[in-house]
Amino acid sequence: MRYVSHADLGGRLGLGPVVTEPEGVMFHAAWESRVHALTLAMGATGAWNLDMVRSARETLPDYLDRSYYEIWLGGLEKLLIDKGLVAPEELSTGRALQAATPVGRILKAEQVAAALARGSPTERPSTHAARFTPGQRVRTRAETVGHHTRLPGYLRGKSGVIERLLGSHVFADSHAQGLGEDPRWLYTVVFDAAELWGGEATAGHRVSFDAWEPYLEAA
Amino acid sequence: MGDDHDHPHHSELADIEQRVRALETLLTQKGYVDPAALDVLIDTYQTKVGPRNGARVVARAWVDPAFRERLLRDATAAIAELGYSGRQGERMVAVANTPGRHNMVVCTLCSCYPWPVLGLPPVWYKSAPYRSRAVRDPRGVLAEFGVRLESDTEIRVWDSTAEVRYLVIPERPPGTDGLTEEALAALVTRDSMIGTGLVQVAGSR
Repeated sequence: MRYVSHADLGGRLGLGPVVTEPEGVMFHAAWESRVHALTLAMGATGAWNLDMVRSARETLPDYLDRSYYEIWLGGLEKLLIDKGLVAPEELSTGRALQAATPVGRILKAEQVAAALARGSPTERPSTHAARFTPGQRVRTRAETVGHHTRLPGYLRGKSGVIERLLGSHVFADSHAQGLGEDPRWLYTVVFDAAELWGGEATAGHRVSFDAWEPYLEAA
Repeated sequence: MGDDHDHPHHSELADIEQRVRALETLLTQKGYVDPAALDVLIDTYQTKVGPRNGARVVARAWVDPAFRERLLRDATAAIAELGYSGRQGERMVAVANTPGRHNMVVCTLCSCYPWPVLGLPPVWYKSAPYRSRAVRDPRGVLAEFGVRLESDTEIRVWDSTAEVRYLVIPERPPGTDGLTEEALAALVTRDSMIGTGLVQVAGSR
């Protein structure tokens, strides 16, 4: 089955105006903060990684019809079943029907502060030199891929300039597929808006994104 | 709006409160989660982490040129000096607005956002309208936030596609020379640190 992300929204038209909210508003119902906490706590078990979470969410067929935390809930439910931690009947009945699958770790209350402070840094040592240097012109990969990727559609096949080398980082494309961390060099690449939007672009508008080396070729 | 309209999720989601409670009970019964840890997580993001953290970083950068320089060179380390670090801010980059250049941050692919300094993102930041239009029509989006820039101001939109998180350092408004660092921090809005707002002194418009 073809991999389709429903979350790749950059540049799409017709999605309406931005609706702002006061600064203090974080959650709109009690269940939203529970879903947020459940997602973090289940992530801490090590049963999956953050890139797998993003992949699970972006492939929800009704992604655009869901509210934000409905997307989180859908991603969590999908991973729980895919990784064999919960059976579909357990999810529908809300009762444990089979023994738990062993997980790497259970996050305890007293460990939360330290775990959050530590986070999950993605920078890793590299065994080879970076291929591109700041100031160099590059072109992004034009082809689509059949898996999770962090190269947005609106930036495919575009010409830009390397601005900064950000180090060697866990490669989201590989990590999401369970192929290991596969660290690759990460760069900030800058594009003139005219390269992206043609005559629609306004002068002085530029867009940048953070690109792993496999997304790029010398231009 | 989605590509598929034949999913029965609307009826399922009607009782979402109950469904989430059932999921929490199930995951607790199976021993995957510690309910006390959930309470600590919820409390952390409701009371401890939020945009006031980032406002302190900005105010410090306004009053302390050496800190500002460290912040622009190595934001992760400079922000850690004020005690903010960790999840979804493991690698920070600070970008400063100047009279000729405005910075704005988006995540077109999901909702990447610098949690340690700004807390959890507002709904609009995670929404399809902002994510689709910020990279294509930033001036139009800014207008919806009531922000109008000079026509010759350059706009740089940062799409957070990897694990680097961006914090905008807004310009310090004029007429604030006599203010303390704490009073300055109180002026700094969340939106100004995303790049969808400017810092203003009350009554100055």
